Amino acid sequence: MSANAQVHALEDHHDDHGHHKQTFVTKYIFSTDHKMISKQYMITGIFMGVIGILMSLFFRLQLAWPDHTFTIYEIFLGKWGTDGVMDPSVYLALVTIHGTIMVFFVLTAGLSGTFSNLLIPLQIGARDMASGFLNMVSYWLFFLSSFIMLCSLFVEAGPASSGWTIYPPLSALPQAIPGSGAGMTLWLISIAIFIASSLLGSLNFIVTVINMRTKGMSMTRLPLTVWAFFITAMIGLVSFPVLFSAALMLIMDRSFGTSFFLSDIYIAGEVLHHQGGSPVLFEHLFWFLGHPEVYIVILPAMGIVSEIMATNSRKPIFGYRAMVASLLAIAFLSTIVWGHHMFISGMNPFLGSVFTFTTLLIAIPSAVKSFNWITTLWRGKLQMNVAMLWCIAFVSTFITGGLTGIIMGDSALDINIHDTYFIVAHFHLVMGISAAYGFLAGVYHWFPKMFEGRMMNKNLGYIHFWVTSIGAYGIFFPMHFVGLAGLPRRYYSNTSFPYFDDLADINVVMTIFAIFTIAVQVVFLYNFIHSMFYGKMAPKNPWNATTLEWTAEVQHIHGNWDGPIPHVYRWAYDYSKLNKDETDFVIPGQDFIPQNVPLQDNEDELDH
Amino acid sequence: MTAFLVILVIVLFGVSVWQMNRIFQLAKTKPSGHSEIASDKDNNTQGYLMLGFLAFIYILTIVSFWLWYDTLLPESGSEHGSDIDNLMLISMILIFFVGIITQAVLHYFAFIYRGNKVKRATFYADNDKLEFIWTIIPVIVLAGLIIYGLFTWTDIMNVDKDDDPLIVELYAQQFNWKARYGGNDNTLGNANVRLIKGINQLGVDPADPNGQDDKIVTELHLPVGRKVLIKMRSQDVLHSAYMPHFRAQMNCVPGMITQFAFTPTVTTEEMRQNDYIVEKVANINAIRKNKSEELVAKGEEPLETYEFDYFVLCNKICGISHYNMQMKIIVESEEDYKAWLAEQPTLGEQLSKETK
Repeated sequence: MSANAQVHALEDHHDDHGHHKQTFVTKYIFSTDHKMISKQYMITGIFMGVIGILMSLFFRLQLAWPDHTFTIYEIFLGKWGTDGVMDPSVYLALVTIHGTIMVFFVLTAGLSGTFSNLLIPLQIGARDMASGFLNMVSYWLFFLSSFIMLCSLFVEAGPASSGWTIYPPLSALPQAIPGSGAGMTLWLISIAIFIASSLLGSLNFIVTVINMRTKGMSMTRLPLTVWAFFITAMIGLVSFPVLFSAALMLIMDRSFGTSFFLSDIYIAGEVLHHQGGSPVLFEHLFWFLGHPEVYIVILPAMGIVSEIMATNSRKPIFGYRAMVASLLAIAFLSTIVWGHHMFISGMNPFLGSVFTFTTLLIAIPSAVKSFNWITTLWRGKLQMNVAMLWCIAFVSTFITGGLTGIIMGDSALDINIHDTYFIVAHFHLVMGISAAYGFLAGVYHWFPKMFEGRMMNKNLGYIHFWVTSIGAYGIFFPMHFVGLAGLPRRYYSNTSFPYFDDLADINVVMTIFAIFTIAVQVVFLYNFIHSMFYGKMAPKNPWNATTLEWTAEVQHIHGNWDGPIPHVYRWAYDYSKLNKDETDFVIPGQDFIPQNVPLQDNEDELDH
Repeated sequence: MTAFLVILVIVLFGVSVWQMNRIFQLAKTKPSGHSEIASDKDNNTQGYLMLGFLAFIYILTIVSFWLWYDTLLPESGSEHGSDIDNLMLISMILIFFVGIITQAVLHYFAFIYRGNKVKRATFYADNDKLEFIWTIIPVIVLAGLIIYGLFTWTDIMNVDKDDDPLIVELYAQQFNWKARYGGNDNTLGNANVRLIKGINQLGVDPADPNGQDDKIVTELHLPVGRKVLIKMRSQDVLHSAYMPHFRAQMNCVPGMITQFAFTPTVTTEEMRQNDYIVEKVANINAIRKNKSEELVAKGEEPLETYEFDYFVLCNKICGISHYNMQMKIIVESEEDYKAWLAEQPTLGEQLSKETK
């Protein structure tokens, strides 16, 4: 207690320093301020997202109209798009880099990097991250890894093209595919740096959440956003190093003649010396990260959705403890289900049984979360702000995509849909689209916090939302049929199989929806950039939220609060709480009680 | 098509610019409240749109089934396949049931509880009973699915040696398939990529007597009704032998031998007579005919008429021609199969011919 008070005395004293004079470089480039770093993550993430999404446009065009020539191929793909015909090798490169960019650079760094950095200190009542310097290093490593990944696009033989899962031997042997030369080397370097960045970030998030909560902010009073970021950071810390080891061994196999993953290979007319390695080992190592990775992507979105949904429903999140428990359960289970990516990899079928069991268990906490979100809406007073719409759509796509997971996770059913378009539809809905919705919800909701009080245009937001949400279903719902028809993913064209000729229509429909969906993102980009400079100024707490970030100064200052850090007296979800007589809200005329308001005489203290 | 796309993009862009303009104008004349925060009017409009979106999801589902039901796979051509199809059907009914209800509730709540100035939200923080119910229901349902799934899986994956299955090796390489039969002794000779030489493309050990009567072919023939145990090898990178019509798939991994066993129950000829396939093939040929007409008009070769055949395709990214790595599979009567196999030369014969 006294130690706590001392810390606060020190922190309060901190404000007397006045603000350090900042140059352009320390403020905008090598900033150690979490708010600026968060913006850096967001803008880098959005930039990478634009590239990743444009890539998907190219291969969607190819899939829909394989016989037609498109001049844009020649313009963007150069020698791989000669005469407007897409080269099969660049098709594989596009799907590989699209996957890599979207999973790692957009939905991991862009989502978790942005919002963990912005919200952890602001919502727990801290002046900054535990280590501002490490935080800065983390961002710049991320920037470097993005830069290297983009450089790999310009390599002579082409970028990595063995799928984002980079299974050896394909990724290990340049003889097997041109992209496994310098392109793959750069891919591995980029990801190794990315892992370093992610680990530094995760450590920082964990330490900050554990040590730097303001007085009264017990773990059970944390907003669900912070819980989600905290748990995400822990999953990352456990699983990313395993990918690092896999990448390292792959580098050794590629460059130093070891045989971790290679054995008995005859390629390009000669037998390679490699003996005794196993590609299945790589699959285990890869998916030991790869599966938790999808939860690293979705958990922050879940946290953001819980928070925004409660605020805009003007109701507490339903079942706060169950929400935290299910986050923990998902996090734990996420580390023991990786084998469901490998049912038919040649591993022992008994392992398949075990992984089916653990995989289907994950459906339970996921179901609990979905039901709790729906109940949060029940008898609410829904404020249909743009962020809220993204949250509702998130629950919708999460349910749709999650349900097909019950099919994929069943080893017996997986036999026939493994690696078909069914899985592509499944993971795009449940992980890609849902996490992107979480990201967008966060951007619309916390935009005023990021850009010193400016707000995004609401009506442009509505247009963006409706076209995107219709488009997303329009792309990915029909895709299930393509998968159930038995069409493998990563096929440059299915015209070699007349049997699949009747799938041409579906491909055209999906691509048209994709074109519209991608086009409407221009509206978002315009809105984002325009609002950054000319957006209307918001009130200090535009959404009438209870969490601490809205008590911080609108103008960004180092240390977040001009005065002392607010203390916390209640959980984050006192929305529409009535007084003891149930005549009015606890604070008359105001349907929310910020966390820094002490317990009032006219309210009951509830145990949440 | 490019022109169409370009026009589409331009139109779309035009529409969005026009919309933006209109919206900015509208935004200027907002009377009360902050213009970027949802007003009661917005809540109302968006609430109705949520209901509309629910309709969109349902219509999309119905239209998709109506248009594309005939693209789905035909009934299984293998014995275990019908178990998989059963399990699939049960799982599908379950997830559609849950999906339809939860989406309805979600969007209905979004509509009915849209806010206005008068409404007051209910402070409703938790209810242990309710949460217990919707934890335990998924537990029970999933337990059922898991048990059914695991029994099916174990049945499929465990091969009983007493069944005396036909042993066939499926050999994958960039970018084609080969098959090797064990010959009269139904035993495959040992093989390793280090023994690949000349005509011995699968690296069968010439010193192994079991290998002498092996037969290597580029078209897989299987007798109907007999269990076949497929042993898989790959010589270069990962491949995956995917036989969708038999509900069968297994990766081919360089350095190890993987396996998958199934019993074909429907001959190629019977499958061609299957009503569903007849209709599907007719549909495909209609599409191909249209395409052919376009091609002929351009002075190119027309497409061949399609006839149904089983196939194995590669389903693990394996390189540039991954999309065209296929082999025909023919399921036929025991006699036809034997007659066909008798015509194929044994490896021993081929090797001795080479050395002569």
